Amino acid sequence: MADTLLDIEGLTVDLPAGADRAHAVEDVNLSLRPNEILCVVGESGSGKSVMARTVMGLLPPRLHPSAGVVRFEDKNLLEVPPAYMREVRGERISMIFQEPMTALNPLMTIGDQIDEMIETHSDLARPKRFERIVEILSDVRLPEPERIAHAYPHELSGGQRQRAMIAMALILEPAIVIADEPTTALDVTTQAQILALIKDLQAERHTGVMFITHDFGVVAEIADRVAVMQHGKVVEFAEAGEVLNRARHPYTRALIAAVPSLVPGRRDDVKIEPVVIDVRDLDKRYSSGGGLFGRKEARVVHAAKSVSFTIRRGETLGLVGESGSGKSTVARCVVRLIDADGGAVELDGTDLLVLSKREMNLYRKRIQMIFQDPFASLNPRLKVDRLIAQGPVIHGMKLEDAIERAHELLRLVGLDPRAADRYPHEFSGGQRQRIGIARALALDPEVLIADEPVSALDVSVQAQVLELLADIRKQFHLTMLFITHDLRVAAHVCDSVAVMRFGQIVEYGSTEELFTNPRHPYTRELLNAVPGKEWDIPDFVHAAGADDD
Amino acid sequence: MSLARKRVHYAGRRLAQAVPIVLGIVVMNFLLLQLAPGDAADVLAGEAGSATPEYMAMLRERFGLDQPVWLQLLIYVKNILSLDLGFSFRHNMPVLELIMERLWPTLLLMGATLLLSVGVGILLGLLAAARVNTWRDTFISVLAIISYATPLFWVGLMLIVVFSLKFDWLPATGMESVAMFYEGWDRVVDIARHLVLPAITLSLFYLALYTRLMRAAMLEQYGMDYVVTARAKGVTEQRITFKHVVRNAVLPVVTMAGIQVGSLLGGSVVVESVFGWPGLGLLAFQSLFARDFNLLLGIFFLSACLVILVNLLVDLLYTFLDPRIEMK
Repeated sequence: MADTLLDIEGLTVDLPAGADRAHAVEDVNLSLRPNEILCVVGESGSGKSVMARTVMGLLPPRLHPSAGVVRFEDKNLLEVPPAYMREVRGERISMIFQEPMTALNPLMTIGDQIDEMIETHSDLARPKRFERIVEILSDVRLPEPERIAHAYPHELSGGQRQRAMIAMALILEPAIVIADEPTTALDVTTQAQILALIKDLQAERHTGVMFITHDFGVVAEIADRVAVMQHGKVVEFAEAGEVLNRARHPYTRALIAAVPSLVPGRRDDVKIEPVVIDVRDLDKRYSSGGGLFGRKEARVVHAAKSVSFTIRRGETLGLVGESGSGKSTVARCVVRLIDADGGAVELDGTDLLVLSKREMNLYRKRIQMIFQDPFASLNPRLKVDRLIAQGPVIHGMKLEDAIERAHELLRLVGLDPRAADRYPHEFSGGQRQRIGIARALALDPEVLIADEPVSALDVSVQAQVLELLADIRKQFHLTMLFITHDLRVAAHVCDSVAVMRFGQIVEYGSTEELFTNPRHPYTRELLNAVPGKEWDIPDFVHAAGADDD
Repeated sequence: MSLARKRVHYAGRRLAQAVPIVLGIVVMNFLLLQLAPGDAADVLAGEAGSATPEYMAMLRERFGLDQPVWLQLLIYVKNILSLDLGFSFRHNMPVLELIMERLWPTLLLMGATLLLSVGVGILLGLLAAARVNTWRDTFISVLAIISYATPLFWVGLMLIVVFSLKFDWLPATGMESVAMFYEGWDRVVDIARHLVLPAITLSLFYLALYTRLMRAAMLEQYGMDYVVTARAKGVTEQRITFKHVVRNAVLPVVTMAGIQVGSLLGGSVVVESVFGWPGLGLLAFQSLFARDFNLLLGIFFLSACLVILVNLLVDLLYTFLDPRIEMK
């Protein structure tokens, strides 16, 4: 086809011997047209990033393309000499990365880093180059472009850094931009802005964009065509509307079914239950600077400002907010991992904040926590059964009994009890989060505090873990404080929701009320920013069930 | 506030903070030296062969050694505050004058050592990392481990044996050939020739350390995302190494160099003794056995000031190298 920018035919990339499969990418056929956004969707390990890096010739040395053609401007990019590839990179095909903090050199100004791009590919004089840099920085809608050009990456916010990355990728007006999860590390409102920016600039310049993502919401927001990847293969490749609403491949359907809907589900009424957790006017400040001899004003961050909420028995309260809103601080104050500066946290009428350390230990087992990072929150040197038994043993249970209980809990969270004899690093992210849940349950808590428990997980795993949490909550009649930045997850899990911003709760109400009739402008902004909000997720599960029967 | 003014403010505040630290060091040193058995009167009497108790009491009175310890300390601190480091009875000279005379050979040795270890260390680390897992990398790494594991004094002695005694290429002791009365450039060359062996001896350990540190830092930085970004821009590998990786990799080496300066003074005691280099280290060594506590305390005081000053300089250098460092 004449109007094809990039043609990938039969691309196969081998993994080094000893990996869990032979190919990172296997027999992939894709094409990118000018003036379109092609979304490549897949979970972690699906080979989508490897595929993108093969196009750029940026594979790590262990990986080698073993078959196929990547055709760009009548040349097979897999066979061109390195010098030619260097000319293509940046000038004809450029790339935007996931984490703008680490993808920029911390010791060079933004301007110098963009300048390097022009300097490499043209012989414009320096003043002329600077002019263009300022121009492109204002094109990506950065305020005070000249100041930004002289700023270092750490002086910008995450969103600004990503805008600068985009400016760098676009400055030479490349034919193709490859964006590898460019919004994954950003807050939801920033993500919405960046997505809009990419879409606008793409339309303006008729660039072909290959957009790698794991998020079907993002796909619904910007894709013209979609390729779904699983285990290194493209399982579905079609127009966006086709894939989103009439997906054919079972894997695509499963992925889409795992995306939580923004419409809150029906919840049991908990109004009659007694209040278990009552947080009143919780206050927490962090200060930095000052010092022994420094006369400088210490910087104070008000991480929680008179935060109040109640949770009834069996209720799940969602604490929703963007990074830095103070939601994790509140959670940590409630379990006294950090000490609050003021206010009260009552558990069944006892204020936890005034208890001595020893008294608090009696209450600790009643409130347990599940952490975000399933990799860092489990002690790597303990076997799984010891890990789970540790809590009960500290609280006086005999080791044999605690281990036996650990085996029961492993079964309960859907893991083979044989897992007990292994170390945490042998498990996948989802399995580790299950271990984390078992660990929290080992003390028979009444209250669970879950701090972003599914944020680090793939969407299909996320759905399973959420289901497990829902089961356990029902089975043990648990009260839960659920911290999340993801409004879809909140709508799915929570009975009521408190929206936090700058350490304050700006809106607090039942999930249904808050999602259908948001009152605070910030809540509305958050809801508006959810990617793919206009996309009605088709009910493949029931449809598929009907087909199969 | 501009960055330059910020730096001046920062330096001023750091110097002000240094005053109580130095005073603390002075007091501690003074009290520690009181623990050593014997005093200057004992040594003088011992060297004279015999002395009457009356003569010794007179000596003690003259040196102020008959006063209670707290009073001696008070007088000493008062003198230090007016930059009077006291009098060395051994050399019959004011301590300050004596130290100043010996300071510049030590600074010369320290400077040469620092330059040699940091410069060559960075270079070797860079070479090893640029061709990782080749014979060059292996060769450099083996060399580094050998120098890392060899004791300082032994290296010094072996260098003397090989290069002075066997081949007679370089002088073994002293700082210059006093008997030759060199002037101008001849003198510079003569001192430089004397400098070679002690500087190599003193720098070898840190040179090896920097080589390994630089190699590891370079390899770590090569794996960073910004390197991939630079490749995606079409930048050549050579430019990536020099414009991006080296600047980032050099930061831990600078931190380590700041620590090295402190231990250089300690190391120079051994090296100056081995090579007969007329610096502070040798002076400290001699004054300890002569119980010349005034002189010893003076050297300690000056070393403390030197270390604090160099640390400040390294911190300031850091703010030039790394824009993320905040001057608080």
